[in-house]
Amino acid sequence: MHLDYGQALWQIITPFFGLSFLPLTIFFCMSSIIRVSNLSKIFNEIKAVDDLSFTVEEGDVYGFLGQNGAGKSTTIRMLLTLVKPSNGRILIFGKDLYSNRKEILQQVGAIIEKPDLYKYLSAYDNLRIFAKLSGVNPRRELLMKQLEMVGLASRAGSKVKTFSQGMKQRLGIAVALVHDPRLIILDEPTNGLDPQGIADMRNLVIQLSKEMGKTVVVSSHLLSEIELMANRILIIDKGKKIVEGSATELLDPAKTIVQVDTTDNQAAKSKLIQTRWAPFLLQSEGLLRLQMNKADIPYLAGELVNLAIPVLSIQPRHSLEDYFLSLTTPNRHVEPLTN
Amino acid sequence: MWNLLQIELLKIFRKPRTYLAFAIIAAFIFLIQLGLLVNGRDLMKFMMGSLDESMDIEYKKLINGYWVCYFILNLLLIHVPILVALVAGDIVSGEAGMGTLRLLSAKPVSRTQIILAKYFAIAAYVFVLLLWIAVISLAVSLAVFGVNDLVVAKEKYYLLIESSDILWRYFCAFGFAFIAMMVVSAISLLLSSLSENSIGPIVATVGIIIVCTLVSEMEIPIYQKYIKPYLFTTYMLGWKGFFYIGADADNQTIKGSLENLPAILKSIAALLVYIVLLVSASIYIFRKKDILS
Repeated sequence: MHLDYGQALWQIITPFFGLSFLPLTIFFCMSSIIRVSNLSKIFNEIKAVDDLSFTVEEGDVYGFLGQNGAGKSTTIRMLLTLVKPSNGRILIFGKDLYSNRKEILQQVGAIIEKPDLYKYLSAYDNLRIFAKLSGVNPRRELLMKQLEMVGLASRAGSKVKTFSQGMKQRLGIAVALVHDPRLIILDEPTNGLDPQGIADMRNLVIQLSKEMGKTVVVSSHLLSEIELMANRILIIDKGKKIVEGSATELLDPAKTIVQVDTTDNQAAKSKLIQTRWAPFLLQSEGLLRLQMNKADIPYLAGELVNLAIPVLSIQPRHSLEDYFLSLTTPNRHVEPLTN
Repeated sequence: MWNLLQIELLKIFRKPRTYLAFAIIAAFIFLIQLGLLVNGRDLMKFMMGSLDESMDIEYKKLINGYWVCYFILNLLLIHVPILVALVAGDIVSGEAGMGTLRLLSAKPVSRTQIILAKYFAIAAYVFVLLLWIAVISLAVSLAVFGVNDLVVAKEKYYLLIESSDILWRYFCAFGFAFIAMMVVSAISLLLSSLSENSIGPIVATVGIIIVCTLVSEMEIPIYQKYIKPYLFTTYMLGWKGFFYIGADADNQTIKGSLENLPAILKSIAALLVYIVLLVSASIYIFRKKDILS
């Protein structure tokens, strides 16, 4: 059973010191906004999410990255109680999500894929409805202020069916923020937006985090977007966590992903696993990849020669995109054009 | 809960489709009233058959507002479930199709509350719809055709109800119809919570009503004995029981009486059981459901 660090600490120290360590315990509990442990979801024997664990800290812009079908949306839907986990535990604000659903969701705002709203209602009515559903009942002036913030005050009375995709997205943001949530979850928020809309969304996410101190979880299959917004990144593939860390960490030359191509990758892996390179080997079907210091590549090459492994190529991955593609299952339908 | 109900009512009554039922009913009732105004006497003569030759019938008195309303209800209440299904079948699946269900379900309200609020909102819609039928079929008919005693045909004989003994029967009949329509709504709600498009639950509800009505009406002994008692359609026409007035040993009708009150109460109880079972099933399904739309 997973036990939150803060809770564990509290259980250990309370019998000895009474309440004197309360502030310290609160610090441990409060710092993690989301703590997901061993989360799995199985749909008809297909594992959409497989033993996923991650932590989102207060003030993070947490990028959730993966190819289409990697399990991002399923995970986000589990964070919003739309999909029930098959296994695992989700703590939000230090509390179990399913035992404290109402209390937690009052502090969460979300856009799940497209901002689908009631098309036959006006922007104002949509905002009023979702404010009420979120447990607040703001006055008209406050709702109008929210609409003004997203540039829709002049269209407050217009039906949503007359709105463009960008306007719907902006209204979706107003809906997500109307109750001043502490945590904002955005699932593929740039889908269907034009370049200006994408840039606006990116700026908004940064503004929410930096100026308003909100914690934002944002998922995307577009690495370039996540790279520009997130301070921490989780890469998943086939429902499994591949890697979690900050963008700078992931591009750290000391943690370069090196892809080795040999005549028999499986045999090469079996040999390498018995050497000092074993801790650097990454799990990946059919590919031989290591996460290691770039400066050690010549030593790796020497080892491969010593082991009599016929090497075809050794490729260090440099950009985050290369890194992402090297980590996730190759899923290319069209080979890239090369000169 | 009150907040949720207000929101659901706003959603129902801002949807243009909702008013389609009101327009259809108004047109239908107007056509019947017009037809009876022009050719009511011929229709009544045809209905009386040989009785017309053996006794002197005052057709002008027979074709009064109460009778016109009874005639309308006989024709209309079979079709109202279709109009109810139009709105109720869409109530969850429509949101799934539109994509708003995921936003709604990610809010700090329980799924049980969502389903109950939706069901109560449908109840409000059904109530307004029946009120609309009552106003235009009863009030307008009374204004146009006047007030007089009501003659009701039952199997091989006719029952005469005095004009002063009729109005409460209409109140009860509409109340019964409300319960019956809430069973239809509960079926639609259940199907709607299983589906992600509106058409399926609406068509399926109508299909279930047609099949169950046919089976209820079939005079096949095995159906009558083993299936009919369990079909909701068997109890849906129980509203007519309020117009079957009791009679004494001399076949004189007794004012304020009902021929078979236990049968009416049994029908109401059966319909209420259906409502509880169907709404509970809807809640169970919706609580368990993964929202993937």
